[in-house]
Amino acid sequence: MRAASASWCEAGPGGPPPPGPMPPERLPRLLPAGPAAGPVSLSAHLARYGPPPSARLDQRRRKALTEEVGRAGLTGRGGAAFPTARKLAAVAAGRAAVVVANGTEGEPASAKDKVLMARSPHLVLDGAVLAAGLTGAGKAVIVVHRSVREIIGDAVAERRRARLDHVRIQVVTAADRFVAGEARAVVHWVERGIPAPTATPRLHERGLGGAPTLVQNVETLAHLALIARYGAAWFRSAGTPAEPGSMLVTVLGAVRQPCVLEIAIGTPVRRILDLAGGPSGPAQALLLGGYCGSWTDAGPAVSLPFSADGLAPLGAGPGAGLVAVLPEDACGIRETARVVRYLASQSAGQCGPCRFGLPAVAGQVERLADGRTCDLRLLRRWLGQVDGRGACHHPDGAVRLVRSALTVFAAELRQHAEGWCRGGRSVLPVPPRRPR
Amino acid sequence: MSLAAAGGSQALWFVSRGSGLALLVAFSAVMVLGVAARMGSAPRRWPRFTVGELHRTLALFSVAFLVLHVITAILDPFVTIGWTATVLPFVSPYRGVAIGLGTLAVDLGGAVLITSLVRRRLGFRAWRAVHWLAYLAWPVAFVHSLTAAEGAELRIWWVALVEWGCATAVATALVARLLHAIRGPEPGGHPAVRPGLRQPSERVHQ
Amino acid sequence: MPRRSQRPACPATQAPVMARAAGARLRIGPIACDGRGLCAELLPELITLDDWGYPIITRAAVPGRLLADARETVRACPLLALRLEHRI
Repeated sequence: MRAASASWCEAGPGGPPPPGPMPPERLPRLLPAGPAAGPVSLSAHLARYGPPPSARLDQRRRKALTEEVGRAGLTGRGGAAFPTARKLAAVAAGRAAVVVANGTEGEPASAKDKVLMARSPHLVLDGAVLAAGLTGAGKAVIVVHRSVREIIGDAVAERRRARLDHVRIQVVTAADRFVAGEARAVVHWVERGIPAPTATPRLHERGLGGAPTLVQNVETLAHLALIARYGAAWFRSAGTPAEPGSMLVTVLGAVRQPCVLEIAIGTPVRRILDLAGGPSGPAQALLLGGYCGSWTDAGPAVSLPFSADGLAPLGAGPGAGLVAVLPEDACGIRETARVVRYLASQSAGQCGPCRFGLPAVAGQVERLADGRTCDLRLLRRWLGQVDGRGACHHPDGAVRLVRSALTVFAAELRQHAEGWCRGGRSVLPVPPRRPR
Repeated sequence: MSLAAAGGSQALWFVSRGSGLALLVAFSAVMVLGVAARMGSAPRRWPRFTVGELHRTLALFSVAFLVLHVITAILDPFVTIGWTATVLPFVSPYRGVAIGLGTLAVDLGGAVLITSLVRRRLGFRAWRAVHWLAYLAWPVAFVHSLTAAEGAELRIWWVALVEWGCATAVATALVARLLHAIRGPEPGGHPAVRPGLRQPSERVHQ
Repeated sequence: MPRRSQRPACPATQAPVMARAAGARLRIGPIACDGRGLCAELLPELITLDDWGYPIITRAAVPGRLLADARETVRACPLLALRLEHRI
């Protein structure tokens, strides 16, 4: 994320956790407490969390640990929230598996994975190696955003010198595209250098090099590394019963201190904004989840818990952990138009409805933003024709964003039709268009 | 040799030549239709699938011409070609190269045909890779039609017309195909609704 | 495609077996599909085209009377992008 105004501050509600291998009683669990600094070294990592549990697991211990992960209720932190234990079991059922740690973070507004890898690389690598042990994989591949490539490379070298891991870890720099973070696109990128989703239906059966492949977000792996040390009950001591544990969120937009935070799932949205210094002015609306998430009105949203159940009444979800605040002097339609045009440009171009439909939708939303006449019926028809008709969920996310914008910014639509607009301040980071 | 036998072998000769010419026409039409199907072009009032189906049907139909052409050529008592030459190119004692080209065309075309029949089992990529051989099979067949024929036959006006016509048609199709490949796909998708078809779904998700 | 053998008709399980009837479902491979449009021409009852020429399956479950037509349509797709999946 290139936003010049964002400074990476990672805070938690409590002070630094007690030293030594005691389980962290308070947050933060994944991130080191205290002000922004460099990556935690291997020795500091071991001092804080203790030695990593042995990843050389026989069948019985594999099963036991996988069940523990199931009891902990860990779900994927990449946005889809799939139960991790089920994924582990599915891949472990195959032979000669491969683990792919997904640190691509193609979402331009989200910075949580980059910050996690930059601050706690060893926790992520612990998780990747542990996942390899749980699935019987012979190697782990970690795909990282280029901004943290060096840090991860150094951490892997540090571990190799200490002979810490029983599997080889390969570091791959991620492609710089939005869809590059999709699970099959990551595998395709590692295998053939093409960051586009494939038609492969089941990665856990046939993935990288034809082997059963576990693709897991780096934050999920970091949580896995802690569950293996401290157990399911500890993991569940934060969060809600239905959605246990902590998660990383990126807070940006009209807040005083845009940053990446670790929160317990179910923390009220207002609290999250306060942890980021509070809104810098009256907030109009929030974008929750990511660029494939949903807009919500600020008023009703701030009192809700940040969890899937909590945000469901507003048709939103935690997604990839983004909370973006739209101030009063910005126009939600204009921001949506910018984001949708970006999403359209990021289509892998493999499926007709996405390749042609998203630019058409973007064109219509731009017309709305400029106050030109726009046939809303046509826009809604196109949204219906694009939704769910790609090989991946990229078009679905864009449709969700636009539909939520049409609802939340209905008043602005009327204003635009009458010829006036709140303002043109840009709040959401959209990478500049590069020639292909 | 008795008169009847001589007359019989004359008949074989004519059928062999005639079926060869018909085969060339059919093969050329198959090539043109194949390119048209690939480019999505179709006559205005025809649904698109007719072009593809015609390409397929005509290709299968040409096999009949091919069988006739090959068998009459082999059975012809005046020339010795031998059954081996039907599959192995360039082994015929009679005009080895000319006949060999024909055999080569059959081998290539046969590969295209057989892979098309088992397309679903083969998978799209493998099928398409073999299908490219059609662009090789046709010129080989065409050169065979020029070299295996007697010079006198080629000077018959309608034979020459057929040869020229086929060459022109296939050359045009080839150029169109190359231009299509160079130009790339259309920016706005394909034309949406063909006249006569139902309108796109009015289902709109609210 | 080989069919799994039917479950033995046991009175206790009869109702659930009937509720989940065997069926053939149409599916499009979105990456393979190039919007050629043959399927919508051959099977307009079940497939229609969106505004960019790409097929939308309006009804995935193929009724028995259209099964033969569906198979023909699947065969006719030049890119092998249309599939008929059998579920029991």
